[in-house]
Order: sequence, then C-alpha cells, then structure tokens
Amino acid sequence: MTGGAPNSGGATTDTYAKARTWLLMPAWLVLLVLSLTPVALMLVYSFLTKEFRGGVIWDFSLAAYDQFFFDRGLFGDEPARIEWTYIGIFWRSIWQAGAATVLSLLIGFPTAYFIATRPEKARPIWVFLVTIPYWVNLLIRTVSMKFLLRDQGPLNDFLMFTGLIDSPIHIINTNFAVQLGLFYSYLPFMVLPIYAAVERYNFTLSEAAADLYASKWVTLRRILLPAVKPGVVAGCILVFVPSLGSFLAPDLLGGAKNFMIGSLIEEQFKGNAGNWPFGAAASMILLTLVLIILIMFTRQQAKSNKAGG
Amino acid sequence: MKNLLKSTAAIAALALSTGAAMAQEKVVVYHWFEYIPQELVDKFTSQTGIEVVMDTYDSNEGMLASLKAGGIGTYDVSVPGDYMVEIMINEGILDTIADGELANTGNILPEWADPSFDPGRQHSIPYQWGSTSFAVNRDVYSGAIDTTDILFNPPAELSGKINMLDSQGEVMAMAALHMGIPQCSSDRDQLKALNAMLQEAKGNWASFNSDTAKEVLVSGDAAVGQIYDGFSAKAREEGANVEYAFPKQGYIVWMDNVVLLKDAPNRANALKFMDFLLEPENIAAVSNYARYGSGLKDVAEFLDPALATLPESNPPADAGAGVFIKVCDEQTQAVYDKIWTNVKK
Amino acid sequence: MASRSYDIKSYTGFKFITLACLVILYAPLVVVTIYSFNASKSITVWEGLSLRWYVDVFVGPESEKFKLAAMNSFVIAIIAATVSTTIATLAATAVVRGGNFRLRTASLGLISLPLMVPEIVTAVATLIFFNAIGFDRGLMTILMAHIAFCIPFAYLPISARMQGIEDTYEQAAMDLYATKRQAFTRILLPLMMPGIISGFLLAFIVSLDDFIITNFVKGAGVETLPTAIFGAVKQGIKPNIMAISTMLLGLSVIMVTISYFISKSDNTK
Repeated sequence: MTGGAPNSGGATTDTYAKARTWLLMPAWLVLLVLSLTPVALMLVYSFLTKEFRGGVIWDFSLAAYDQFFFDRGLFGDEPARIEWTYIGIFWRSIWQAGAATVLSLLIGFPTAYFIATRPEKARPIWVFLVTIPYWVNLLIRTVSMKFLLRDQGPLNDFLMFTGLIDSPIHIINTNFAVQLGLFYSYLPFMVLPIYAAVERYNFTLSEAAADLYASKWVTLRRILLPAVKPGVVAGCILVFVPSLGSFLAPDLLGGAKNFMIGSLIEEQFKGNAGNWPFGAAASMILLTLVLIILIMFTRQQAKSNKAGG
Repeated sequence: MKNLLKSTAAIAALALSTGAAMAQEKVVVYHWFEYIPQELVDKFTSQTGIEVVMDTYDSNEGMLASLKAGGIGTYDVSVPGDYMVEIMINEGILDTIADGELANTGNILPEWADPSFDPGRQHSIPYQWGSTSFAVNRDVYSGAIDTTDILFNPPAELSGKINMLDSQGEVMAMAALHMGIPQCSSDRDQLKALNAMLQEAKGNWASFNSDTAKEVLVSGDAAVGQIYDGFSAKAREEGANVEYAFPKQGYIVWMDNVVLLKDAPNRANALKFMDFLLEPENIAAVSNYARYGSGLKDVAEFLDPALATLPESNPPADAGAGVFIKVCDEQTQAVYDKIWTNVKK
Repeated sequence: MASRSYDIKSYTGFKFITLACLVILYAPLVVVTIYSFNASKSITVWEGLSLRWYVDVFVGPESEKFKLAAMNSFVIAIIAATVSTTIATLAATAVVRGGNFRLRTASLGLISLPLMVPEIVTAVATLIFFNAIGFDRGLMTILMAHIAFCIPFAYLPISARMQGIEDTYEQAAMDLYATKRQAFTRILLPLMMPGIISGFLLAFIVSLDDFIITNFVKGAGVETLPTAIFGAVKQGIKPNIMAISTMLLGLSVIMVTISYFISKSDNTK
C-alpha cells in the first residue's frame, strides 16, 4: 500500500494521450521545485565551506567529505587516517536497522503467512487488524512504547506481578529498546508485501512436494520461500530503509546517548554542531546508500520476474 | 469532490482570517521550555493587549542553530545564557536597545548592569540566574557528593544511572572543572587528557537529556542528574529525594537574559515585553515559578519566602567557586566539537 | 488433501506468533488508552477512572497551545491532501491513460521520489532549499513541503484503481459522441472515486502524522500537533498527552475504517 515505487504495470490505454503534458504539468512542477531541486541544492551545499556556528560560505570545499572519511587527529594536523567515527555511526545504524528488520521478519513472516492462509473472507479483517496501529502517529506509538518499557512501567509491573522476574528488567535507553521501537514502527510494512506474495502463491506446488514425501519444513524452505522471495525482500526493504534514517526511536527510546545517522544529521542543523555542509554530506551519503539498496532490489525483482515467467 | 473542495476552501478561509486577527498585535518569544508561568504571560496580554506567541528550545546551541537557519526576522526576543549572548553579539544577530527605549532599566541590580558578556547591557536585560551542578538521589546513594567524581568517576552503585545534560557547553565546562584545567584550553596534552577522561566517563552514563533532566530524577529512571539548581528544587518538590551538590572543584554559574533579536518583526512590542519583565513583581513571579534568582532590585517582597532558604541556592561554605562558561575561538571550538562527537559517537 | 493426515498449509506456532504479534502491536496503545483515564496526576500511580485529562486537554493551561496546533495540523492536512490528490489524479490519468511516452518512466520516478528519499534527508534538503531562496519559514513552508511528499501517497491508490477500470466504459461513452472531457468527468472520475478518496485519506493521515520534516521547516512559534506533542513529551510523558494520543488514535481508527469500507464498495461491477 505504501512505499516502493508506484507500480507502472498493467495495461494502459492512450485515451488522454493528447492532454498528458497538461495533466502531468502540476506534478512535474511541484516535484521538480519541492523535491528534486532541494536534493540538488543539498548536493551543492555539501561542497561548500561551513560558516562557524551554522550556515554556509559560498566557497567550494571538500572539507565535509574529508571530515567524514579522514581522521586528522584531535587538532587536525596529523597525517590522515581513515575516520571510523562516522562510518561507525553509519554502521551502528545499519546494524540497528538490520536487527529490527530481522526481528520484523521473524514475527512478520509467520503472521503474514497465517493471514494469507485464512479463508478468503476473513483475510481483510486480519489485514485491517495488523495495519490499524500503523495509522497511529509514529510519535505517539514511540512514546507509548517508552511508557510501556520504563523501569517502573506497566510491562515491568506486570512481569513482577506475575512473579516472572524479581526486579525490573532495564530495557529503556538500550540498543534493544531502539530495535524494538523500530520493529514496532514498521512491522506492517513487513507483513503486507509478504501477505500479498503468499496470497498469490499456488499451494498445489506444496501439495506436489508433499506428495513426493517432502516434510513440511522442507516444503516451506525449498518450495514456498523461493516463490514468495520478492515479497520478503520488499518487506525487508520497507522496514530497513526508514529504520536507517529514523530519528524518533533513538532519541526517545535510546536516550540520545549514541548517535544514529538521523540524530547525527539533525545535530548539524538543529543542535550543537551547526555544520551545514557536513550535515548535507552525511545526508548525501545516506541517500546514496539507500539508492544503491533500491537499485539492487529493482534488479533482483526484475530477475525473479523473468525467472517466474 | 466539489463539496470537498468547497469545505476545504471554507476552512482555509477561516484559518487565514483567524491568522490575520492574530497578526494584529503580538510578540514572538523564543524561550526555554517550562521557564515562564502561563499566568504571567496572560497578565502581559491583558495589560497590553499584545498576544505572546511562544516557541521553545532546549539548549542555547539549538536556539542559535535554529535562528541562523532562517529564524532571524521571525522571532522578536529570545532568552540566551550568558556565553550565548556574547556569541550572538559576535554573530551580529542582536539588535541594539537605544538609551531610553526601556523605562525600567533602573531596576537592574548594579552587579548585573554591566556584565562582561554584554558590556553596558546594549542588547539584553537580565532574566534569571542560577547554577548548574548535579543532583543525587539520596535513596540510592548516601555517600559524600561534594565532588565532580560523582559524574565523571562515579562509585559503582551510581554507574549506569547518570543522566547528563545534552549540552556541549555545560558538559565540557564541568569536565574542565573536574580536571582542574582552564575552559577553552588549547594545550594539547590537556585536551587529549580531557578527551580520554570523557571517553572513560561515558561508560557510566545512561542518557543525555536536557529537557527530561528533572523528569528522569522524579521517575527514578536516573539516580544522578547533571541539572540546573531550580530544576533540582522542583524535582525535590515533586517528591524525588534528591540533594543538589556543590562540588569542591567548582560549579557553573549562569545568567539567562532576554535579548532583542535583529530584524524583530514586532520590535515595539518586544520592548514592551522586556519592560514588563523588568518590573520586580513580574520577574519575582518567574523566580517563584522557576526557583532561580532574578537580578533585579526590590523583588524580595514579592518572592516566595521559601526561596530564601532553598538549599539549591545557598552553597555551603566549603563549596568550590562558581564560574561562567567561556566562549572559545573558532579553532579551539573545532577541537571541542570533535571531543563532543567522540563522546556521543 | 484427505489422503494426508495433516494440513499442508498450516504450521504449528504460526498462529501463536500471529497472536503474539497483535499483542505487541496493541499493548502500548492499549496501555496508553487505559492510563489516559487515570485520575492521578502521576503517570506511575493508578487512582481510578476519570475524564479529568480529557477536560484538561480542552480547558487546561495548555489547551490553547494544543487547540492552535490541532487547528494548524488539520488545515495543513486538508489543504495538502486536497492539492496532492488533485495533482495525483491528473498525473495518474496521464500515466495510466496517456499511452506510452518517453517521459513516462521519468514521471513515475519523479512521483515516487519522496518515497525513496529517507525522511530526514527530505527534511534537510527542504530546509536548505527554503534557506537558499530566502523564504521565511512558517505555515506556508510546512504546507508546501507536505504537498510534495503527499503526492506519491495519494498517487498509489489512485493509479491502482485506474488500472483496475477497463476503458470500455469511456470508449462506449465516446462512441455515443461524448467528448473526451465528458468521458473523463462523467465516466472515469466517478468510477475513480473510491481510489481518489483512499488517496485523499492516505495523504491526509501522512500529513497529519508528519513530524521530522515539519520540525525542520516550521517557522517561529508555529506548531502542528506532532511537534507540540514532541515538545511536551521531551519533558516527560504527562497524562494530558495520553488523552490527546487516545483521541488521535480514535480518529485514525475511524478514518481507516471509512477508507476500508469505501475500498470494499466496488462500483465498477
């Protein structure tokens, strides 16, 4: 329903071919001015000189990228080594987003599969149930999560009440809390594409495998999984990409203690650092990363479409 | 669709007309969160008919960044701390208040009338002053707390339960006091040692939060919090068994000031607002609310008597000295930025 | 199937995981809803049922701020959703009913651009853009940013719907001497309505929800509901925030229910 490129498929007609320039004009205008130009300007800004405490000076400079990739010591006069700080922040974000994706997949796949194998009439209700929380403001969901997970929060109260634990488990302000928050934020994005793929899956294939004495789990792994792989990959991307640039979960659930990409970028514009070209450069690097992932995904989709005939 | 468009147009027109009505007389204030009582704002509006539009920030640096990112020309006044006033003057984003433009400047205490960060008070008036140190939950820790070791080299029972302010200036200044080195030091060995010390200390910290600095102490999420004196007093009044520390290594003293911003869209109203805050009765209401000192004469009769005996504003005799945060030059600041990123990476 | 003693489709544990999944999804929302009816001023102590925090939202000391923020949010969401839905409908007509043309793929790419760019990057880029052209930040900048990123969200259901409508209806109308304009407004547009309404609602919710971009491009003292809530929760979760959250939750559920029933009503058959 959301995310991914709007599909271009389906048969099209040319009824309104003559008017198409005019029909497309508003979209082109708005998006060229408000989406493409800003990104282009951001690219330009990443090559400008920073103004002390925010803003830019219109002089070409590679300083932002240099700062990102090279470490010249605390005082900037040592020979350049690879700077691991920002790569590390990116790596942590990738790792956190990856963990959240795996978590989503482990829970999302069985859920999607279960829903897709319900009687046809019951399916929309299940889908509806899974998607409702997504419609609640992300901020509110994250805050709710924070409230639930607090040391003195309802979850710990409940677990202590049931006698499962003696003292509160400390979850808030940990990496796990951030992963949990990301998982919670984007889970429906994992469930929906997998659901769509499983729903289209022809179960006679599994029947055939079973007739040949394949066990259920072998059937799942060898027959079903390859068939629904595009849906799984799409789900993973839809969870991974927004998690990568997320800002709320690390800030509210992670205690703002460890930078993630989102908070690193935010800090350059709204926080202490005030280094616009560096913020623009970090944004460009993030954007490049995401585009590479999306291109790999499109290629993979195209390949599996061919293979699937 | 037609009906939808019609109702949309109606709502838009309504929104624009209320917007226009509000645009008549207002003053746009860029203020710290939770730092002015609503009743005082209402009093100003009812006295002058000027509406107060309030936007909030949670750190001096965040405020500056936002102003430089296009905020200038949209806000009338803001409330920077001492060192930030100096920075803003250097940045050229403050307007000058001419002699006689404010009627009540005579109410300013002499010791705050000519501060080093704004000689002659050309751009600012005092708002509140206080200190920044840290508070310790006495239910968790009963040992001595008159040392910055509590923050930077804590005993085992406090490790992992410390909240620091998410503010470079306050953390760095406190760290400098802890190590006994000057602020904005450019001595390489001192800076290296500072960097190493913070790396070590970070392992003991649970979170960086300025705006929830009080909340984490009240809720028990943190047992130690770097905090402003008034916030500590409020946390205590809200039920947290916390004690505010005056470390022997010293602590931070600050003054927040109301400044007139360059290109203020409602300059005349901004001056009225500043004059309003220069009346002892009004600024005393802020002190009663925020639990800080005011910097004006003749406020005593309006103050909550409890303020005079507040442990947070009465340092013991053996406390270290209170120091202002210093402004570093660009080159030195670059090193401090780097150390700060290292702390938060 | 009868020859086998088990159901090939069902896997033990999947049902349990599904139910666990729903519990995880709903637990935080349910907890917040329950606590919004708490009589206590503290969020940690339960003192019995009360509506005081709902009253507080409407008449309490912060009510003015939240009312103004809600007003801003709704006005922006309605205008942004209307404009982006209109733009998306026209664009979908060109892409789905405009034959094959050179800029078709480029158009699709451009329309989906706001979906591919991470939100924080869009926020930074938009801030830089308004700063570079010297545009004062305020309600207008929020609105412009929202219109842009709402377009793909409005476009998706609309184009999906249009692909599902065979063009025989329009062809029949034109065979009966209807002009193309009439075929569009009298035949295609009414058939498109469920898609257009879904697109509008999707765009509306996305705009109403947005925090990151709004936070970067908002002007002095201009708050939308999410930025006002963020400002409030940064200082700790208070009961009145839970009441607001619960009301927004209710609103979202109502809207998605409407959208669900509209999409179920298929008027092409």
